[in-house]
Amino acid sequence: MTRVHDMGGRFGDGPVIPEEEDVIFHADWHPRALAITVAMGPLGQWNLDMSRHAREGLPPKDYARFSYYEKWLAGLANLLVETGVVTRDELTGEVDPAPSPLAERAMPAEKVAGILAAGGPADRPSNVDAVFAPGDAVVTRAFAENMAVPGGHTRLPAYAAGARGRILRLHGAHILPDSNAHGAGEAPEPLYAVVFAASELWAHPEHPGDEVVLDLWQSYLAPA
Amino acid sequence: MAWEMDKGRGLGQGAGMPHDHHDHDDPHSLLPSDPALRVKALETLLTRKGLVDPAALDEIIDTYENRIGPRNGARVVARAWMDPAFHAALMEDATAVVSDMGYYGRQGEHMVAVQNTDAVHNMVVCTLCSCYPWPLLGIPPGWYKSDAYRARAVREPRRVLADFGVTLPEETAVRVWDSTAEVRYLVIPKRPEGTDGMEEAALMDLVSRDSMIGTALAGKP
Repeated sequence: MTRVHDMGGRFGDGPVIPEEEDVIFHADWHPRALAITVAMGPLGQWNLDMSRHAREGLPPKDYARFSYYEKWLAGLANLLVETGVVTRDELTGEVDPAPSPLAERAMPAEKVAGILAAGGPADRPSNVDAVFAPGDAVVTRAFAENMAVPGGHTRLPAYAAGARGRILRLHGAHILPDSNAHGAGEAPEPLYAVVFAASELWAHPEHPGDEVVLDLWQSYLAPA
Repeated sequence: MAWEMDKGRGLGQGAGMPHDHHDHDDPHSLLPSDPALRVKALETLLTRKGLVDPAALDEIIDTYENRIGPRNGARVVARAWMDPAFHAALMEDATAVVSDMGYYGRQGEHMVAVQNTDAVHNMVVCTLCSCYPWPLLGIPPGWYKSDAYRARAVREPRRVLADFGVTLPEETAVRVWDSTAEVRYLVIPKRPEGTDGMEEAALMDLVSRDSMIGTALAGKP
């Protein structure tokens, strides 16, 4: 089974509403929500995959009613409590906040530019050899699910499960989110861009030449 | 119960993260229901714990509000139009090329450039969340993060393009890139007719944010 965030191909969402380029935030609190979330990363208490999974693991009723930055805030609040950085009583305001032992890792203003510019590359050396080459026919695994953790994190969307495609390019070895999101190690392995005919994915493709490309890890794929 | 079912914990070296919460309400539900108050409560709490420097938050906001945005990407596109060697290098290793221009960083660590032609129109989406090349295009627009775009772009890209007023010729195939990993895609739109000899700044004016996501074409001079 999938989670609510896995919405590629879903029907019924209505039109896409274009927007001017100079609109960056839509409410006064949005920039603050963004900044708090970004500022918590360097504390090192979770990784990028855990923070994604925290948002995507929200109950469907919350995920569906929350705006983008509300999902960020909810994921952040859950992570802060799960990792013990903040207690539930501190969150409710029932107790005075205790100074954090992590305070020395807090991001100072003068380091912001450097931290944002440094980023967090996801490529890693790997002892898993690439077994596919561009042009190879592959099939994705039948289940768009984490194979180790029921309901866990994965990056194979449901619409592309069990589909036949072709390797377009090798991106190198990247951290495997299915493992890293659950604290089970980075487990880097080859990552590929895989191209699928739209007719392989949809009952009613718009055009015979249309295609969809997904970035998929080697363990999601088998030879076709 | 969720913990007992979390067999993945046994496979890893570290503690597994619980992925569902049956014993308590989600911690986020302990915060005020008004999102503006929720942000305020979190910022106050984290500041009092010494984990947030409000001046650092101002700096992060200033970066994405004023310093990083789609004009970065437009400069890359204009150069690619003007300089065949630059274009070739960009298509070969976009990360290295845009890094040299100072456009490396958070959410743009692994860049790939894709070229629109008469035969193929490229379009980028992230169906699972809202992955986007921040160092080149800034914060993603509202529509890019919307359920409608995430749900529809992969299944009916031409109807989505119609929402943007774009109609492609029958001989042009659409290739939609679903950003499911940490690779970020930059669309290089087709250079419009009648732009020979134009300077970089004038060309940049023809390159909209949407044209670099693939929901628009480059503007006409």
